[in-house]
Amino acid sequence: MVLQAITFYLLAATTLVAGVAVISARSPVHSVLFLITAFFSAAGLFVLLGAEFLAMILVVVYVGAVAVLFLFVVMMLDVDFVALRQGFTRYLPIGALVAGVLTIEMVTIAANIATHGAAASSTGPQAYVQGATNAQAIGAVLYTDYAYYFQAAGLILLVAMIGAIVLTLKHRPNIKRQDIAAQVARTPDQGLRIVSIKSGEGVEV
Amino acid sequence: MTIGLTHYLTVAAILFTIGVLGIFVNRKNVIVILMSVELILLAVNINLVAFSVFLHDVTGQIYALFVLTVAAAEAAVGLAILVTFFRNRGDIAVDDASVMRG
Repeated sequence: MVLQAITFYLLAATTLVAGVAVISARSPVHSVLFLITAFFSAAGLFVLLGAEFLAMILVVVYVGAVAVLFLFVVMMLDVDFVALRQGFTRYLPIGALVAGVLTIEMVTIAANIATHGAAASSTGPQAYVQGATNAQAIGAVLYTDYAYYFQAAGLILLVAMIGAIVLTLKHRPNIKRQDIAAQVARTPDQGLRIVSIKSGEGVEV
Repeated sequence: MTIGLTHYLTVAAILFTIGVLGIFVNRKNVIVILMSVELILLAVNINLVAFSVFLHDVTGQIYALFVLTVAAAEAAVGLAILVTFFRNRGDIAVDDASVMRG
């Protein structure tokens, strides 16, 4: 039990410190790396809770896909990031005030919910149904009760993929592209010219 | 020393406010704003999973999975918009992007 507590505090502290580093790092590349740290330690928290399937999904989807996407974009854009940090200190006091109030409110509400609501009668963490692993328990519900929602999630990802491609695809002029129909429909008359060349003279192309 | 629901909810609450603070203080840098949104969604996921585990109901984890899906889609589309924005303006300072032209 003590080991569990130590692990929790370690992972929670790492998550929060990495979160602060994300928003305060000077270079966005560092921000992305701290974001990866935050996601990794949050995945550790999920494992500690017993939700190992979501933990692995978090690592695969966020660290493997989203964070790398962020990294690509940050490195691709040639932006003066120092200029973008203007106003950081100007907005810090009011931002810290709002954040402090928000934290106090949310922690108070969380403590109340955890000790008075339906969770108060909870007997402790239990991520799986008896006799089934966490992934089995999720699958048994996800593919039956939430099958339509699962399909809708797939549709959302498809739309996002098409949207991202449509947004970033750029048709440059002056670039020769394949036009299959025109290429196939071409006849020898259009592409071929027979010239009789006189000896000793060149040919105009 | 037992780690209860309150501990996880507190971590999620602090992480959420860190994300909100990130949006406040990095008003120009849209990349960091997007990362702050990701932090906020991560905090929500921690909340969902913690409740799911402590209430012995796996539905919360299903919901967290959907939040994860939407977050991934949001990041992809957001970064695509960012790339297009950068191409059009040569800069990503969003605070003076108040004028929208077709």
